[in-house]
Amino acid sequence: MRRAPIRPSPERAPHGVNGEGRAVPFPDMKRIKRGTGTGQTERSYPPLMLVAAVSVALIALIPLGFVVAYSASIGPAEAARLVFRPRTGELLWNTVRLAAGCVLLCAVIGVGAAWLVERSTLPGRRVWNVLLVAPLAIPAFVNSFGWVSLMPGATGYGGALLIVTLSYFPLVYLPVAAALRGLDPALEESAHALGHSPWRTFLRVVLPQLRPALLGGSLLISLHLLAEFGALQMLRFPTFTTAIYDQYQSTFNGPAANMLAGVLVLLCLLLLLAELRLRGRARYARLGAGSARPSPRTRLGRGTTPTLLGLGLLIALALGVPLGSLGYWLTRGSSSTFPIGTLVTTTLTSVGLGAAGAVLATVIALPVAWLYVRRPGRLSMILERSTYFGNALPGIVVALALVTIAIRLTPALYQTTALLLTAYAILFLPRTMVNVRSALAQAPPVLEDVAHALGAGRLATFRRVTLRLIAPGLGAGTALVFIAIVTELTATLLLAPIGTQTLATRFWSHSDSIAYAASAPYAALMVLISAPATYLLTRETRNREAKEGARG
Amino acid sequence: MTALTITGVTKSFGTTPVLEGVDLHVPAGSLIAVLGPSGCGKTTLLRLIAGFTAPDTGAIVIGDQTVFSPGRSVPPQRRRVGYVAQEGALFPHLTVAANITFGLPRSARKAGERVPELLDLVGLDRRLATRFPHELSGGQQQRVALARALAPGPSIVLLDEPFSSLDAGLREGTRRAVVQALREIAATAVLVTHDQAEALSLADQVAVMRQGRLVQLDSPATLYRYPCDTGVAGFVGESVLLPADLRQAEAECALGVLPLRESGGGAEASAGTRHGAVLIRPEQIRLHPSSEATGIEARVAGVSFFGHDAAVRLDLVPTGPQVTARVLGQDLPALGELVRLTVTGDVLAYPTDRTLGTPAVTS
Repeated sequence: MRRAPIRPSPERAPHGVNGEGRAVPFPDMKRIKRGTGTGQTERSYPPLMLVAAVSVALIALIPLGFVVAYSASIGPAEAARLVFRPRTGELLWNTVRLAAGCVLLCAVIGVGAAWLVERSTLPGRRVWNVLLVAPLAIPAFVNSFGWVSLMPGATGYGGALLIVTLSYFPLVYLPVAAALRGLDPALEESAHALGHSPWRTFLRVVLPQLRPALLGGSLLISLHLLAEFGALQMLRFPTFTTAIYDQYQSTFNGPAANMLAGVLVLLCLLLLLAELRLRGRARYARLGAGSARPSPRTRLGRGTTPTLLGLGLLIALALGVPLGSLGYWLTRGSSSTFPIGTLVTTTLTSVGLGAAGAVLATVIALPVAWLYVRRPGRLSMILERSTYFGNALPGIVVALALVTIAIRLTPALYQTTALLLTAYAILFLPRTMVNVRSALAQAPPVLEDVAHALGAGRLATFRRVTLRLIAPGLGAGTALVFIAIVTELTATLLLAPIGTQTLATRFWSHSDSIAYAASAPYAALMVLISAPATYLLTRETRNREAKEGARG
Repeated sequence: MTALTITGVTKSFGTTPVLEGVDLHVPAGSLIAVLGPSGCGKTTLLRLIAGFTAPDTGAIVIGDQTVFSPGRSVPPQRRRVGYVAQEGALFPHLTVAANITFGLPRSARKAGERVPELLDLVGLDRRLATRFPHELSGGQQQRVALARALAPGPSIVLLDEPFSSLDAGLREGTRRAVVQALREIAATAVLVTHDQAEALSLADQVAVMRQGRLVQLDSPATLYRYPCDTGVAGFVGESVLLPADLRQAEAECALGVLPLRESGGGAEASAGTRHGAVLIRPEQIRLHPSSEATGIEARVAGVSFFGHDAAVRLDLVPTGPQVTARVLGQDLPALGELVRLTVTGDVLAYPTDRTLGTPAVTS
């Protein structure tokens, strides 16, 4: 027998194909993988989409440009004199503590309620879902009207915090509940398997996944509070917005008001930066095999009764008090406070403006959201952020910016419905943007690839696939904007063409003169009109449950 | 169906080259597997063929239509390509029937034409037509995805790791159903996979990709018997690579003097002894009791039992390299036992310029 002459030393560990050699080995893992698979590395911007998105961003930036240009025109010395006053510090403190307190409370209430409805065995989940969205149908200034007209003492920080929280917590509840619905149950199951208790699973797995929805909702609430006028004016809690309004009232278009608006714009910028830093760059489209299945629910067991009582109390405060108060004032009114003809025409005006403005805002949000989600990058992020400013500026600043620019550049537009709709679109773009954006983020791009391969062009793919997948998000966004417009006050007061009166403006002129009974019918109509749109927001859930029930 | 020809295709993402000049011809009606580890560029290649991404240079021709050449790119919706994505990617808002008819003209969609026929083709119950994707198993979803891709009568079918997310039980059945459906309509198909067993068992031809290049294109049997270098040898199957002195028709290595396999280029069987390595497949190594006179002595260092067979790791005595033998599942040697090894059949020689990594031992 022959022995082989070559004997590699034993310390030469067995090299697989990954051994280092002259030729290229097969790599184990690779760094380039990130680039393949989903087409997300595609860097090119479709030109039409880009033009549309840039136009939208520019329009949204008009009020900001107005404030900046104005500040620049009066010079730094004068600007500093107007800004650095004790009054500014006082307003800043009020605004910040109100926003911080409200966001915190809304986050706790919104996430807790969403979890109960989507992930626990809470009885009557469909009813609760409707009730938890319902406060959106009651404008904040109607809510404070309800409280103040019954309890004149409900003013100051405590009162303001209570009332804005009760008005705004659905803005967290809605997106968080939607995100919970879309969350892959395998994530939670994996966490359970890793030995996490349900509570720990929620904190470490579910909550991070809810981050985009939670941050989106919180940002929206903060922006709302920076712009809130009617409610806080009625509660006599001065913030930047009410101060600016008072300034405008006394000195029309005065420099002091514009400089306060400048500080408000700065606050908004800070908020945007904070959200940017908190939000990771992760994609939240569901990964994993096949389509999502429903998640298992946590048993409440003995906790059911206290939970029901807690939710009941929340709804009693958020819905019961303002509605009860409205009912009280309606019964107190005489027949002279129900001018049927005026009520009908005012209602039609409000509904028409609301529908047109809501569709407009959602349609123009689409190109911006699409670029942001499908072509992530510096440019698309700047475009998307640009659309946020409208909501942080008081309606009156947006209105005055448009009035000033229209008079100087396009006099034909002054005193037209088009200008009013533009103001609505600028003001409420962020509300629909959040929804359109998350909806797009949850529609996997691979489905569009598949549709293309099956012969569907860009337009057909959008109509038959993308639109169907994002329709719930678009619907939610449109409904939110509709409600917002029907209950919008300040911009409407300034921009509505002569003779155009909405429910909000009539309500305001009556309640301003403490004619509570006379203003009640308009408030009730606003609530009635907002209600169906609010109900629409909850329909998606019911449809899903109905489908599941039917197919078993 | 039609042939597919790719010439000199390159693609970079930013500064990272992903494909560095790929040439590939897929004859009409054949099923080709593109085999490679993650990140070798095989999925990118598929996306270029489908038209989801455009190459930097090169040309892609489907049948007699040039779908890509510099300055000209046909959009995916006009390439008539069937695409089956990794996890099926069924439209979640549509039923199985609506998914399948998605690529058909509107009138055909309404009538639900071809749905029963296609469900039969991919081996699914016709009653599944009214289900929604989330009510199907992974394997069923994958078959519906294939039916959907085949419905408009594509020129070629592209399958992007269609079985990788399925569990083993479903995988085998789904593979068979998918390949059978493709054969039945004589489809030209490109299957991307990182699973060598899948590539070898399903495809007519296997294209091995490595770091953005196509390194070998052969029939499964040829690829397994004649891998072009030791890297490919290790990727398409388990391999034992031993340093060897190569002579005209035989090689001398730690397992003795072994006959060399005739390789295509007979010219290199020239004079003299060269250094290199030999490729032995584990199933070529036979175990004998130590009492027998023939073979090289080795000690059993480990046994991995798979049921039908087992992999036995053996240290050559006294200090030799470790080799792996594949033996049938019955009468396995005990750990530490002394055995003797022989090699059946011929072995493939690699001169030093075609060995990747240290020509030591591997399994």
